[in-house]
Amino acid sequence: MGILEVKGVNKRFGGLQALGDVNLSVKENTVHAIIGPNGAGKSTLLNCLVGKLIPDSGSVMFDGQSVLGRKPHEINQMGISRVFQTPEIFADLTVLENVMIPCFAKRDGAFRMHAIESTRHEGDIIAQAKAILSDVSMLEKSEMIASSLSRGDKRRLEMAMCLVQEPRLLLLDEPTAGMARADTNNTIELLKEIKAKRDITMCIIEHDMHVVFSLAERITVLAQGTPLVEETPENIKGHPKVREAYLGEAQV
Amino acid sequence: MLGLTSRDFTLFAIVCALTLLAPIILNPFPTGSALGASFNAGYPALMQRFAIFGILVVGFNILFGLTGYLSFGHAAFLGVGSYAAVWMFKLLSYNIVPAIVLSIIVAGLFSVVIGYVSLRRSGIYFSILTLAFAQMCYALAYSVFTPLTNGETGLQVYTSDPQVLMSPGDPVVPHLFGLQMNTAEVVRVGPWTWTFEVGYYLCAIMLIAAFYLSIRIFRSPFGMMLRAIKSNQTRMNYTGLNSRPYTLAAFIISGMYAGLAGGLLAAMDPLTGAERMYWTASGEIVVMAILGGVGTLIGPVVGSGIIKYLENIVSKINENILHQWFAALPDGLENVLIGVVHPFVGEGWHLTLGLLFMVVVIFLPGGLVEGGQRVGAMFSRKSRNASGVEADAAAQNPNTPAE
Ligand SMILES: Nc1ncnc2c1ncn2[C@@H]1O[C@H](COP(=O)(O)OP(=O)(O)O)[C@@H](O)[C@H]1O
Ligand SMILES: [Mg+2]
Repeated sequence: MGILEVKGVNKRFGGLQALGDVNLSVKENTVHAIIGPNGAGKSTLLNCLVGKLIPDSGSVMFDGQSVLGRKPHEINQMGISRVFQTPEIFADLTVLENVMIPCFAKRDGAFRMHAIESTRHEGDIIAQAKAILSDVSMLEKSEMIASSLSRGDKRRLEMAMCLVQEPRLLLLDEPTAGMARADTNNTIELLKEIKAKRDITMCIIEHDMHVVFSLAERITVLAQGTPLVEETPENIKGHPKVREAYLGEAQV
Repeated sequence: MLGLTSRDFTLFAIVCALTLLAPIILNPFPTGSALGASFNAGYPALMQRFAIFGILVVGFNILFGLTGYLSFGHAAFLGVGSYAAVWMFKLLSYNIVPAIVLSIIVAGLFSVVIGYVSLRRSGIYFSILTLAFAQMCYALAYSVFTPLTNGETGLQVYTSDPQVLMSPGDPVVPHLFGLQMNTAEVVRVGPWTWTFEVGYYLCAIMLIAAFYLSIRIFRSPFGMMLRAIKSNQTRMNYTGLNSRPYTLAAFIISGMYAGLAGGLLAAMDPLTGAERMYWTASGEIVVMAILGGVGTLIGPVVGSGIIKYLENIVSKINENILHQWFAALPDGLENVLIGVVHPFVGEGWHLTLGLLFMVVVIFLPGGLVEGGQRVGAMFSRKSRNASGVEADAAAQNPNTPAE
């Protein structure tokens, strides 16, 4: 049994079968990559895991509990955090505030009325937030308004916001898309460090094969909404089905 | 101090000083002089309005300024607050304490219901829902609920009312345990006259308390969550936070502020009518907030003050007064000047307000407070040319919402 068990998930958008009978099992404390050509349904699959979309049929179990029918904030409180394909951050707030908010969510739950206390006196939360900002080397930017960050920094900030919650399962939708090579390598290093430091399961969607082969322990290839193969990185390269569906298009 | 940063405390101290000294500050011209007759605003009835509408808009700003949810029906809470207070006068006595407490509670209950339904939608649909609710309250006050609201006549206190807590010697005007609201101390210093009225000081203290609470809310984790909702609700939800109770709490708090304002209006003058809930009254609140500066601490007080000043002072300037002002000028020039100024004063004050509002919306999206900050920044830049870089960095430090 994996920490995440997806069984027989189907999702249609009008006439388009975006996901067709998807089965996926992600083992605890592994990095599982999902690859596949554009439009294969990767983001749709993630959306079904975090409550953004509800599958037409099938089941999604996280740690033995079904996530289907739960609201996004409830699923997050179960221990699943998600990095989006286009960064979702609090653009009008400072970098530090962006990271403090997930800390509050983790400590106080989905709602708490703390309207009189001052945020300045939340020493623990500020310390946690600063620690993660220093992990992603953004500490010196903590007073900047998030909207003024570069695209790469926005991605790193969003990742910090997810990591600071110490989720049990971290879902990353193309975390290095649009990043320069150096930034990509930094991200790989960051994820490796995080992985080494604490128990975390990662499910990563990625186009960049360098990232996939640097991080992933298992790889699932998705094509036209259906998983073709699930293999280790060594075995995936030469796999004939994979070549046919995917590697013919994006050179490895 | 008082749990505030030194910057916030300075701001708070300024607001305290301005409110408490308003009877002096607002009467800058000698009584009886032409300017004094036109521009002195330091009379109790008007100062009460400054404070009461200040409270109303400070509360509105907690909702609109922080969460970005634009309620277009906030006058409804003001209206029910007033009705509740007058009913307390009718049933119990003219003591304002039960009246004001009940006006806050009733407005709170109304905002639970209206907020719960309206907050299922956001953006323009939320605004329309709140508008619809407020107009419904207004229409019902004129029809079905006439027994409660006394319809078109308006609700007031009659000698035949029960007033069960009233003993024979009690005042027959609103009072605070015997201290009548209309008690006033008139002080004459040279040519100036200042009126210190109990009613105004009650409103002033309430405004100071309301303002203090709003600073605390702005700087609290709750306030941060509300700003997060305005910024990105998707991220909010995927971060494990349920935005609905946060917005509802903000809605209820701002509804209770409006209820307090309504209760105070009734405490100053114990009668009320449905027109207090009319949609133009709600619109006025929105205009006050935007004019002063949405999401800033002091903006609501500035915005409501300016509009009440225009409405009560500038609207009274008629052609005769203009003739007095320009009397010293040659006739031709006098007539030209009066021709230019006249459309903007008296009944034309709406034109002045409209133009001012347009200028603010187009050039100063942060309201007049932003204008003030820009002017302030300009001066500090000039005076600190040499080491300007540091000063700028400090002036532009965007860490906390502007005051
Ligand atoms: N909300 C939606 N409504 C309609 N079609 C959608 C929606 N989301 C995704 N699709 C379609 O589903 C298919 C899979 O999309 P997606 O999951 O984003 O692919 P990937 O992330 O693998 O590139 C695409 O053809 C896309 O156009
Ligand atoms: Mg995608």
